[in-house]
Amino acid sequence: CRQALRRAPGPEVDFARAEREHQLYVGVLRGKLGLQVLELPADESLPDCAFVEDAAVVCEETALVTRPGAPSRRKEVEAVKRVLESLNLNIVEMIDENATLDGGDVLFTGREFFVGLSRRTNQRGAEILADTFKDYAVSTVPVHDALHLKSFCSMAGPNLIAIGSSEAAQKALKTMQQMSDHRYDKLTVPDDAAANCIYLNIPSKGHVLLHRAPEEYPESAKVFEKLKDHMLIPIANTELDKVDGSLTCCSVLINKTSEL
Amino acid sequence: MTTEVGSETEVKKDSEQLGPDKAKDNPEEASETPENQKSRETPSEEAQDSSSVPAPTSQSSPSSQKKEKASPESKGISRFLPPWLKKQKSYTLAEPKDETKKRTTGEQQVVEESECQAPDRIAQPQKSLEEAAAENQHNAKADDKEEKHSVSSAETQPAKEDGKEREVEKVAKEKEEKQAEKEKRETKEVQTAEIKTESIPQKSPKKIKTVQCKVMLLDGTEYSCDLEKRAKGQVLFDKVCEHLNLLEKDYFGLLFYENSDQKNWLDSSKEIKRQIRSLPWIFAFNVKFYPPDPSQLTEDITRYFLCLQLRQDIASGRLPCSFVTHALLGSYTLQAELGDHDPEEHRSDYISEFQFAPNQTQEMEEKVAELHKTHRGLTPAQADSQFLENAKRLSMYGVDLHHAKDSEGVDIMLGVCANGLLIYKDRLRINRFAWPKILKISYKRSNFYIKVRPAELEQFESTIGFKLPNHRAAKRLWKVCVEHHTFFRLVSPEQPPKAKFLTLGSKFRYSGRTQAQTRQASNLIDRPAPYFERTSSKRVSRSLDGAPMGISDQGLLRDFPATGGQAAGDKIIDIEAAGQAKLKEGGREEDGSPVKTPQLELTQDGKVESEEEEAQQKSLEEEITSILFSKEGFRAGTGGPFAAASVGPAEGAAGEETAASAAPPPQRHATRAEGPCTGVSDADKSSHETLDIVEEKKQAEVGIEETLVVDETNKGKMQVATDAGETCKVEHLSKKDSSSLPSDSSSSSSSSESEDEEVGEYQPHHRAIEEVIREEQEEEEDMKKKEHEEKIQHVEATPEGSKLNVPVEHTQVTAEDLVQENAVTIATEEKNLSEEIKQDLGEEKEEEQLKLNGDVSHVDIDVAPQIICCSEPPVVKTEMVTISDATQRTEISTKEVPIVQTETKTITYESPQFDGSAGGNAGVLLSAQTITSESISTTTTTHITKMVKGGVSETRIEKRIVITGDADIDHDEALAQAIKEAKEQHPDMSVTRVVVHKETELAEEDEE
Repeated sequence: CRQALRRAPGPEVDFARAEREHQLYVGVLRGKLGLQVLELPADESLPDCAFVEDAAVVCEETALVTRPGAPSRRKEVEAVKRVLESLNLNIVEMIDENATLDGGDVLFTGREFFVGLSRRTNQRGAEILADTFKDYAVSTVPVHDALHLKSFCSMAGPNLIAIGSSEAAQKALKTMQQMSDHRYDKLTVPDDAAANCIYLNIPSKGHVLLHRAPEEYPESAKVFEKLKDHMLIPIANTELDKVDGSLTCCSVLINKTSEL
Repeated sequence: MTTEVGSETEVKKDSEQLGPDKAKDNPEEASETPENQKSRETPSEEAQDSSSVPAPTSQSSPSSQKKEKASPESKGISRFLPPWLKKQKSYTLAEPKDETKKRTTGEQQVVEESECQAPDRIAQPQKSLEEAAAENQHNAKADDKEEKHSVSSAETQPAKEDGKEREVEKVAKEKEEKQAEKEKRETKEVQTAEIKTESIPQKSPKKIKTVQCKVMLLDGTEYSCDLEKRAKGQVLFDKVCEHLNLLEKDYFGLLFYENSDQKNWLDSSKEIKRQIRSLPWIFAFNVKFYPPDPSQLTEDITRYFLCLQLRQDIASGRLPCSFVTHALLGSYTLQAELGDHDPEEHRSDYISEFQFAPNQTQEMEEKVAELHKTHRGLTPAQADSQFLENAKRLSMYGVDLHHAKDSEGVDIMLGVCANGLLIYKDRLRINRFAWPKILKISYKRSNFYIKVRPAELEQFESTIGFKLPNHRAAKRLWKVCVEHHTFFRLVSPEQPPKAKFLTLGSKFRYSGRTQAQTRQASNLIDRPAPYFERTSSKRVSRSLDGAPMGISDQGLLRDFPATGGQAAGDKIIDIEAAGQAKLKEGGREEDGSPVKTPQLELTQDGKVESEEEEAQQKSLEEEITSILFSKEGFRAGTGGPFAAASVGPAEGAAGEETAASAAPPPQRHATRAEGPCTGVSDADKSSHETLDIVEEKKQAEVGIEETLVVDETNKGKMQVATDAGETCKVEHLSKKDSSSLPSDSSSSSSSSESEDEEVGEYQPHHRAIEEVIREEQEEEEDMKKKEHEEKIQHVEATPEGSKLNVPVEHTQVTAEDLVQENAVTIATEEKNLSEEIKQDLGEEKEEEQLKLNGDVSHVDIDVAPQIICCSEPPVVKTEMVTISDATQRTEISTKEVPIVQTETKTITYESPQFDGSAGGNAGVLLSAQTITSESISTTTTTHITKMVKGGVSETRIEKRIVITGDADIDHDEALAQAIKEAKEQHPDMSVTRVVVHKETELAEEDEE
């Protein structure tokens, strides 16, 4: 499923290596962390289907099946939706044809949502997200010079936002800080791509953080290594990185046990 | 049920009296009958009421009574009412009522009439037959009727007919019980008689007029009472809280609606009548400030009312939440209302009686029931607490939404909450302004403005404007903001601006306790947890479903204010700062008074800087004012130096005037166009106009530098200190203290504070920060100024020493109130923009530093012969000459000054009397009017304000004369002429102050 995709011209993706990296990714989640991982079958007709994050936003008992901004990806949601239905989540579909939303533009902090308004996500998509998750404030953040909001940020802890150092990232952070009633701690890393990490709070393991490997972003990795309370798991993502894929892109985290 | 009763009674009456009149009377009678019955009753019987009769319950809640009438089922409600309610009612009843029944009853009657009339009419034809039947029924139902009667009576005339009603009721009850049929007739007869008697006395003794108020309570019941017609909001609010047995009442308020969706908070410090005007006296008791952390409330009963409010909010859709949250909150509601889930008792349907969500589905109810089972063991209070813990996290908790448009005309919503102002577009939050970020809140006409602190890398403050649907909406939003800011962010409320002469803008301030204060107070609550029953949810839900309670239903449901968020530590800090500021102010005031005495105040050495700064700030303020006044006043983000100084109502007239001249470089452009004078005058006018409209009586602010005021009091200074807004200015003030021109500063501030109804400003924060910023920005200017000032000092020195001798050109002006402004060239201002000008702001004494070539302004005042001459040959930045004592004759001449291009000069002459402390008394404004006339080169604006202070009425006339022209015009002569005319016009008045503000552009040409 990870093949030529849309992307800016760049180095060729080493498919085999990408495959290995992804196996490692899944292996960590499943083996090391004991999570239940549901893998969707790859669909070669949908080159971006590895990036399941964009197809759905799941919060608590509700899953919003999105309408991805890239027309070529619209069909990806069908497989994702089927799986979500099997989990007995409340499914909300984004039917409005004027709405687009990529899950990569949605940052849920635990208290509120930030939705990046990017080339992939528009205002209407954000509105539908707001209507879906009514308990939470949904603030919009303009995103420039990046594919998604989470291309340069993510949650690295319960109250901790990892943020890249680029101007676009810092500007977005300022916007988020202004919009929020809550004050978040921030973890600034030199590399935008490294700011995309996966935070998990697993009862038996505590704070777990999957971040980009030191071989990829040594300076940023050092920053992560300063987090004392986290179980840190470096994961390489060199190949998918070439096609704008980040760590969070490849999974949708659902806090629910599946009977499957 | 009620209808029956009414018809019966009427029937009987009819039969007895048989007058055609009665048909008409009937409806009233029906309503009144209960009253009559009550009135008949003897006091001794009252005891019975409370104890033996069911009626008391009904009395306790009139609303419930009505409901009872409407539907027999509802009767039960009254029984649920807690005992204390009953007691309170007795209280209210006990109060003296006078006549006014008609009014009070009027509304109720209308309702009742509708109910009663129909039956009456029908009943009449059948009178005889029905009577018999009715009697029989009565007998059978005697008890019921009694209750009903009492109820109905209570409803109609809740509190008014104190003793009488009760008595009547009691009597009626007794009679009914004992004598059943006959007595009923009798009672009816009696009642009619009584009614007549009542009506008669009512008319004659009108001295104390009372009005009946209805208040929709959160549990869906209605409370009514009689109020003196001129009662203030606080009276009613206290009654309601007493009725509810609520001590932590500062979170709550009373709403009234104009139209169906415009809710207004009843200002407790003002007369109700003046607020609601022609609207019916119907209010809704609601949560006004949603505590960010309900667990910090002291009493369970307070939390209970908050829960009731939130249930309403949720069921109505005002407080959106997800399915899961609806279910969870609903389950806590069940636990609180019904206790543990009982499979025996709680079958499938028990939930449907409650409403948990706007769109309640079977699925949701099932989920609620499922969750309910998990709450086993929670007490009602615990369930309420859990409810609140979950509700408070909702993003729209405590957010009071207002429709608006942004500067581009896009529909948005402004949400006021505990933490600040939120901007929504559709459901999305697109911006947020925390209170600490907001420097000033103001409104003008239908525009609402916030001035925002500059962002980290930005230099300038920005002002953001929003368009509200109308003026009232803008004002409403502004008031809500002021209240929320004060409640959640301040330790103690600000003092409303005191009476000022020329006042622009609303003086409105939140007068209640702040959250900090109410928490403190509630810590002192020492009483056993009051008993109350939580039986309301069913009714509430019903009410929500249908449209149960008249106004309250629709209106209430739609929107309401919420304050959510969390008060932060910052606030505290700010508060402290404010406190300090106040202290400083206080100190300053003392200083100030002495200062005033000095007649000429010029900037002096060390002080110069501070003064300048102040001046600058003032100028900034002025700018603001000018901006505000400018018709299009909308300013986009370049806020430049807004005047932080203007405390709430920063747009003092004076400030404005100065503003025009003084306007800091960036913003000047706006002002200049018309020349300072005109701009100012406009502003003034507007303010005055507004004044009439305004309910707030106190207005006295004069900050007109260029104006000559007759009989004018310079209170501004003192006032400044008092204003809460002033805290912001405090720093300025303190600086001023050090400086030689304290009075000026104060005056300026005062001017800035004036408010209008049309315009309102409120500056939430202390300006210390702003000042700092400004200072930095202005350092350069200051430096320059200093140089100038030094020069000036020389000039000044002379005046101080001798109190004023300046040989130069003298212009004698004999006039009472004239202000001359020589705005020779407006263009100059522009030129100078960057540095020069900082002018006087506040009314009289400010100086600005402009570089001038010799300009001269002369003012002579006949009354107090004083000659002020200023010749400024060389360079003078700006001179402010203030003569405080009118009686003293002074001459001021200013000479020698280096060279400057533009000059602005302000000379203030004021009589001593008013200086200083005058601010203390806020007089009552009787009238204010503004007249403007124009001639070729002169614009004259006249303000006439009549005030009553301490029993003495005072009329002030303030004239502002703007003389515009180039060198061809002899300004001195024009001024003299103007003053002369003014004197002639008001021969019996004395001139208390003359301020001459001169702006000259020397530019390259060096002329004037």
